[in-house]
Amino acid sequence: MAKLDPKERMKIPRQPMPNQDAVIRSGNFEEVALGYTEETMRKEAERCLQCKKPACVEGCPVGVLIPQFILALREGNMTKAVEAMKVKNNLPAICGRVCPQEVQCEGKCIVGKKGEPVAIGRLERYVGDFELAHRTCPLAAAPATGKKIAVVGTGPAGLTCAVDMAREGHKVTMFESLHGAGGVLVYGIPEFRLPKGVVFGEINYAVDCLGIDIKTDHVVGRSVSLNELLGEYDAVFLGTGAGLPSFMRIPGINLNGVMSANEFLTRVNLMKGYLFPEYSTPVKTGKRVAVVGAGNVAMDAARCSARMQALQAKQTNGDKGEVHIVYRRSKDEIPARGEEVHHAEEEGIIFDLLTNPIEILGDSTGKVVGIRCIRMELGEPDASGRRKPVAIEGSEFEMEMDTVIMALGTSPNPLVFVDADGLERTKYGTAVADTTTGRTRKQRVWAGGDVVTGAATVISAMGAGKRAAADMHKFLKGEAPW
Amino acid sequence: MYKILEKQVLSDVTKLMVIEAPHVAKKAKAGQFIIVKIDEQGERIPLTIADYDSNAGTITIIFQEVGQSTMHLGTLEPGDMLATFAGPLGHPTEIENFGTVVCVGGGVGIAPVYPIARALKQAGNTVISIIGARSKDLLFWEDKMRSVSDEFHVCTDDGSHGRKCLVTDPLKEILEARKGSVAKVWAIGPAIMMKFVTLATKPFNVPTIVSLNTIMIDGTGMCGGCRVLLDEGAKFVCVDGPEFDGHKVDWTSLLSRLQYYREEEHAAIEHWKHHCNLEKAITDGGK
Repeated sequence: MAKLDPKERMKIPRQPMPNQDAVIRSGNFEEVALGYTEETMRKEAERCLQCKKPACVEGCPVGVLIPQFILALREGNMTKAVEAMKVKNNLPAICGRVCPQEVQCEGKCIVGKKGEPVAIGRLERYVGDFELAHRTCPLAAAPATGKKIAVVGTGPAGLTCAVDMAREGHKVTMFESLHGAGGVLVYGIPEFRLPKGVVFGEINYAVDCLGIDIKTDHVVGRSVSLNELLGEYDAVFLGTGAGLPSFMRIPGINLNGVMSANEFLTRVNLMKGYLFPEYSTPVKTGKRVAVVGAGNVAMDAARCSARMQALQAKQTNGDKGEVHIVYRRSKDEIPARGEEVHHAEEEGIIFDLLTNPIEILGDSTGKVVGIRCIRMELGEPDASGRRKPVAIEGSEFEMEMDTVIMALGTSPNPLVFVDADGLERTKYGTAVADTTTGRTRKQRVWAGGDVVTGAATVISAMGAGKRAAADMHKFLKGEAPW
Repeated sequence: MYKILEKQVLSDVTKLMVIEAPHVAKKAKAGQFIIVKIDEQGERIPLTIADYDSNAGTITIIFQEVGQSTMHLGTLEPGDMLATFAGPLGHPTEIENFGTVVCVGGGVGIAPVYPIARALKQAGNTVISIIGARSKDLLFWEDKMRSVSDEFHVCTDDGSHGRKCLVTDPLKEILEARKGSVAKVWAIGPAIMMKFVTLATKPFNVPTIVSLNTIMIDGTGMCGGCRVLLDEGAKFVCVDGPEFDGHKVDWTSLLSRLQYYREEEHAAIEHWKHHCNLEKAITDGGK
């Protein structure tokens, strides 16, 4: 393509992401967004203005070299694009799929001030997928330093820290309590949003290209403690996430048919329950599902429920049923990524907004038959800055339901704090750690991601893993004493 | 991968396996459990630790073939590998010299009660043990249990071995005869048995510890599927237990939750049997 001036670039429309048709996709677990072709990628890359002071980079928690990788794409130089990407981002195929770009890089994009921003996330995914398909092991490790690092948790924070430390030449061992690596990327985020093949591809980069050792089935705090790890390793990073589900304190919470989104998603994703009985873990999804909450996890649970219903309907020739999102605030306050809400609506999820469950109703056998809710209205802004929902007196009503999935946020698993004296915790159960260095109150222990912040995003966890790795490396070189 | 080193057939449906898992054996204590997953398609199932040898790096599990996963596990032989073996999970039993204690093991629950009885005996307690099962062929480890007990009772529902009674019968007699001197009771077995043990000990006000084996997935506090209602609210069996004060457990809720996946369990067994028969037909046909 001939060289374009900025005006011409601004005239190119943002290239849409081809998606699986909403009706078809709500009956399968295959990926929704299909990815750019080379042609659409090139067109989209041409939209970037190559700003001298790229605001997009400021919006990125890991500071991806966005103009550089997009320029390489425009030039058709994929090797250079992959290298530019991997300087800052170890997991581009994942980030391109799950980052909330609209509030990060794309939210700051100058092109977006007048029209639609450059689709940085979609381009990032293109680079990530290319690297997975043509593994070249870019950016090999520095010579061995002789230092040993333990990384606890193999989710986005741990993986990022591990890869950065391995690149510096340190010997990294990762500890994972489940049977496979990936943490929330595997047990939480569904296949249709983030194919597990993509996650394993990114993890294999850590194992195959950088020699990182992953010990699965090791529950830190039980199989081995933090203090024991410190006896064997020079430094430890805790990226154990926020895996503990919250339940509402309302009557009926222990009825059959009530579960945490963690349980439901783990059954479906990690254990591949949608392939039952070929895979042995069953998933019970009723005909009338209420998902309580409206974060990304709630959207994932709702969309998985709709797919499970469709699979069951196909087997029984019955009708599909309904999935409701029950949320106590209004649409403006929904914390989920915009695209997820949009996809959920397209797939027929019903949104019961300004609605709060006050009781789960059961039958004589202990099974859920409905929920009693109360209508809410928005009052003054609360500590989070969002308008506080207030119950409307006398507005109680009942909805018939057979499954209730609680997606109300999660908190860190306390197991890692066993035999870990000096590792301080906040009253929310999160680890106390410095936000710029990731240092905890315990010597030679860093922490980052959801274990420090409480449930947040994949990319913010990666950012924390990256900052901790940078400080840990300085510490090990003797440049930044404790 | 974790190797099966040894297998013993304790009854038609009860099997013992010794598994090579040094990372679990190093820390294992009486009262804890492990999660096992046979292969890629397998489910994660919790099994209480029946014995452990930290020097040899081995864990002994005993299981009854009640669902598809345990049936599949039962077909494996020494030398076969297990995909996942995680643990030790849950809190160990609190062992100290309480004085006189009673250990009740029902059916496959005899396995986890053994290391507890042994540890209690080693700590200086007077250990009275009661083991029971539906019939003689479901009993095992009678000698092992006897060897760590000061007083020993065997019951079967059908009277095919020992006394024809339920484990709660000798228990009530002991509590009556030794009023005020029994410090604590442990009961491990089917949920319904544990429920009746707690009902038997309640009038005597003897603290009763039960070890719950509920439906769970990860075993580390993540799914919450194992939650059990106590007087003070819901607790997770995997991280808060598996042992609880039996007098505080809401047994009705627990028993109903254990039944929740019954239909799916049947479907899984049917699918698995069909699959096995197909494989057998193919192998036989090829001969």
